[in-house]
Amino acid sequence: MTATIDAGASERVLHDCRDAWVATLVELAEADDRVVAVVNDSVGSSKLGPFAERFPDRLVNVGIAEQDMVGVGAGLANGGKVPFVSAASCFLTARAMEQVKVDAAYSQHHMVLVGQSPGMAYGELGPTHHSIEDLAWLRTIPGLTVAAPCDPAETAQVLRWAAAHDGPVFVRVARMGVPDVVPEGYRFEPGKAVTLREGADVTLVATGIAVSRALDAADVLAAEGVDARVLSMPTVKPLDEAALVAAARETAGIVTVEEALTSGLGGAVAELLVTRQPAPMRFVGVPDTFAPTGSVQWLLEHFGITAAGIAAAARDLLGR
Amino acid sequence: MTVDEDLVPDVRPEAVPDDAFTVLGRAPGEAPRAQVVAHLTEAARLVRRRDIQMVRAAGLGHIGGEFSVIDILVTLYLAAMNVSPDQLGDPDRDRFILSKGHAAAALYTTLAMAGFLPPEQLGTFMQPMSQLNGHPARTKIAAVEASTGPLGHGLPIAVGTAFAGKLDGSARRTFVVVGDGELQEGSNWEALMTAGNHRLSHLCVIVDRNRLQQGARVADTNDLEPLADKLAAFGMDVVEVDGHDHGALLDAFADVPAASGRPTAVIAHTDKGHPISFMSDNVAWHHKVPSAEQVAQALAELENR
Repeated sequence: MTATIDAGASERVLHDCRDAWVATLVELAEADDRVVAVVNDSVGSSKLGPFAERFPDRLVNVGIAEQDMVGVGAGLANGGKVPFVSAASCFLTARAMEQVKVDAAYSQHHMVLVGQSPGMAYGELGPTHHSIEDLAWLRTIPGLTVAAPCDPAETAQVLRWAAAHDGPVFVRVARMGVPDVVPEGYRFEPGKAVTLREGADVTLVATGIAVSRALDAADVLAAEGVDARVLSMPTVKPLDEAALVAAARETAGIVTVEEALTSGLGGAVAELLVTRQPAPMRFVGVPDTFAPTGSVQWLLEHFGITAAGIAAAARDLLGR
Repeated sequence: MTVDEDLVPDVRPEAVPDDAFTVLGRAPGEAPRAQVVAHLTEAARLVRRRDIQMVRAAGLGHIGGEFSVIDILVTLYLAAMNVSPDQLGDPDRDRFILSKGHAAAALYTTLAMAGFLPPEQLGTFMQPMSQLNGHPARTKIAAVEASTGPLGHGLPIAVGTAFAGKLDGSARRTFVVVGDGELQEGSNWEALMTAGNHRLSHLCVIVDRNRLQQGARVADTNDLEPLADKLAAFGMDVVEVDGHDHGALLDAFADVPAASGRPTAVIAHTDKGHPISFMSDNVAWHHKVPSAEQVAQALAELENR
């Protein structure tokens, strides 16, 4: 599914990353008969129709039972399968947190936890269905890779990497429209930032759907004579320590940007830099609050997770 | 009844009697049944001897629930299951998951009795950096199929393992032991629904029905009855056995997979602390650590069985 928005002068195509998710899963399943999907009645919301049609036996639907879903995923891994456990991120992480901790991470099972429609994608449905906490929660769990890809190409790459990685991985899959971001020939590596734009004045570090917004903010800043570096951080855990330390050293400071509580990426970057290369920081994301009612677009504007909001944070950091 | 919560008494390792632990290994495959049962009986006696000394030495453990489950573990590892130390990489090996992970010392001791762990390693139980954590961890011990400890995890994992076996058309079976108190966790019933609806015939859920949980009787806390009816309603073939009768346990496990195509639930009626006179069916012995005198008495009682 695609849509367009007016991004200033040009119109650009926006993608639902779930399309890349299901296409990649089908591709992986064709190549490897160990690949199975585990869901909690979430075939529709995970857009798994094409997989269900193609591999009906390899779709394990446990019904509305998230603890069972993650435990069954771990058992399938024990039984030699490569399970992709897919559910709305709010339920996958919060309802089954102990299973994520114990059955996936502590047990070091080769399994992929796919958090669908994360952040505030379910806008008007409210904080019960938002998953603004997932990055902050999961980055504290040892042994778990936590990824938030920024566009369809990166989503596909993260999933392919996770399928081959002998350990547990959590992947956010965005439903909110995002433009293509990563360059041609890009190869995802966990803990490896992507420098999308060089800059010497300030660094914008973003993850997930916020990455394209950080790029837009850099355009806004450039028009004002501010030269912003843009780092895409596809994994909140592990972080790219070298890229962050270099950015903190080479620019005036760091603005983190995420569609999540700022204790996710922002907290992680701050924890790293405070010991390695202290630098002024600003945090763009959701502060310590549950979101009010509103569409996802409205909420992103409300919390300043927009080109204007990010640029304002950068100006504030620079004292301009 | 008052529950004694003294987790860590003054432990004096020198007061722990010398261990006499012989690795008996699997019961001979073609032996007459009486010989197999005698083998299991002796193995269970030695496992209990070692277990109580480990708990005494560590100053920690869950002796009551360990003594209730040992006959089940010994029967599985030394006779019923198709798994051996040199076969751990075989995808078609039978699987065992101890969902009531707090009975870890019983599992470790049984694994040593079956040759999966060097017996000397048992002396490290719960010591700093030991692989023998207070709850079993699959990343630390190759023979441990699933890391457990928090209750209500092992059964969903077992369902997944059995599901994978079904997808592969494998003959392997998955056995999981849950405590009866543990069945108060809702995740178990989610998993039982999945198992029943998908007719996971090679899954065997064993309930260690010792009727006691940490602080009180299960019946006085949040009762499970009618348990057999509930399990049957969730799609299990239910059998009830004396969980300390190795022969009865052997028969129950030999019937997996059931001809009906349904998963099996074995309600194993046990006593917490079995067969020690002062522990048996006594709620105080959930995680109480025995004194040197109590260890000596328990060993004497085991000697005379």
